[in-house]
Amino acid sequence: MRRDLDLGNHLAWPAGTPVTHDHDHDHEHQEVPSDLTLRVKALESLLVEKGLVDPAALDALIDYYEHAVGPRNGARVVARAWVDPAYKQRLLADGTGAIAELGYSGRQGEHMVAVENTPQVHNLVVCTLCSCYPWPVLGLPPVWYKSAPYRARAVIDPRGVLREFGLEIPEEVEVRVWDSTAEQRYLVLPERPAGSEDLSEDALAGLVTRDAMIGVAKVTLPQAGGRA
Amino acid sequence: MNGVHDMGGMHGMGPIRRERDEPVFHAPWEARVFALRQAAGAWRRWNIDAGRYEIERIPAADYLRLSYYERWLASLVALLVKRGLVAPAEMERGHPAPGSPKATPPLTADTVRQKLSRRAPRRDTPVAPRFAVGERVRARNIHPIGHTRLPRYARGKLGTIARDHGVYVFPDTNAQFLGENPQHVYSVRFCARELWGELASPRDAVYIDMWDDYLERA
Repeated sequence: MRRDLDLGNHLAWPAGTPVTHDHDHDHEHQEVPSDLTLRVKALESLLVEKGLVDPAALDALIDYYEHAVGPRNGARVVARAWVDPAYKQRLLADGTGAIAELGYSGRQGEHMVAVENTPQVHNLVVCTLCSCYPWPVLGLPPVWYKSAPYRARAVIDPRGVLREFGLEIPEEVEVRVWDSTAEQRYLVLPERPAGSEDLSEDALAGLVTRDAMIGVAKVTLPQAGGRA
Repeated sequence: MNGVHDMGGMHGMGPIRRERDEPVFHAPWEARVFALRQAAGAWRRWNIDAGRYEIERIPAADYLRLSYYERWLASLVALLVKRGLVAPAEMERGHPAPGSPKATPPLTADTVRQKLSRRAPRRDTPVAPRFAVGERVRARNIHPIGHTRLPRYARGKLGTIARDHGVYVFPDTNAQFLGENPQHVYSVRFCARELWGELASPRDAVYIDMWDDYLERA
């Protein structure tokens, strides 16, 4: 049996790159088969030679997604909503506009919807069909969010998933799962932790985690045994 | 298509594995694949729906075996050839065809940030909504063999229109370059018990974004 990236209506790989791909090892992304490095290099050099892509643009793209976007952006949105009730209202009514007020917009965040956690409702975001995620406010998604187990289980067993993340949601609280099947991208507005009344907006932003904005965690104060 | 990518509600996928202090990319080749796809996409020879469809067409066993960016790589190679940016022989040899003209990349380092806002999928086309907020609807029981964003687990189920998001490009036709067919997208609330039966929590719900053509009057 061929163990390469054969796609049925197969398209060959650039010359000089092996077509076999040993997948007998545990297929975790951390164990990168070195032939992938070679294949991607071969593809890039072909596209550069053809003038289809500019290598400096690739560097700029990578730099942008490694450094300019990430959950710190979303945390600033959340902290602003916690300290400014008018902003929170705008955020819940028009997520895209309110998030753009803080300077965050662009690809995979063109149509933002913020959903608010309350004592009665807990929100959880998933994309069962692929990996849709609000890039401008959270950056690129973690591997678990894109993984088969999360995509499969978040809709059928959200409480079980949340329990694995360390969150026990009381029975009387409604769990709302948002399956990102269209171009809306969801940001969970977590509950502001009790005892945070004296904290500045910046300090509040420092408490807000990526996981809390996906809905698999709550925001807690460090001294309350919270997560980093 | 009823592909393995449509995972909502499946069992047997194993535990959710989390990673502490996860990097944005786990290897340089992942970052290059990510960037190559964005940069090649700037030629606009395909759209986001066609890009997703190409990933869905990876045979099921391969789809599950490949890592996320391996899927991106496989589908990028397929798109480049199918959409005429690279000739099959060039992909085979790894070099441009002799005498072929050199193109000028549409995406350059100094235009990356401004071009990151691709043309948004919302349309101003005046299309009347078929449903109103609060209305009961049923997700159609359809099984298109092409691309669709109507997940299997919702088909035939009853829900309620929670919000009208406005008019958007219809992925089922756009993915196959058959036109944008703009129409309303709604957030539809499905009770967990309607989707998963009596053992589900009576309070819980799944909200799914659905195009007009996915819905019928209940």
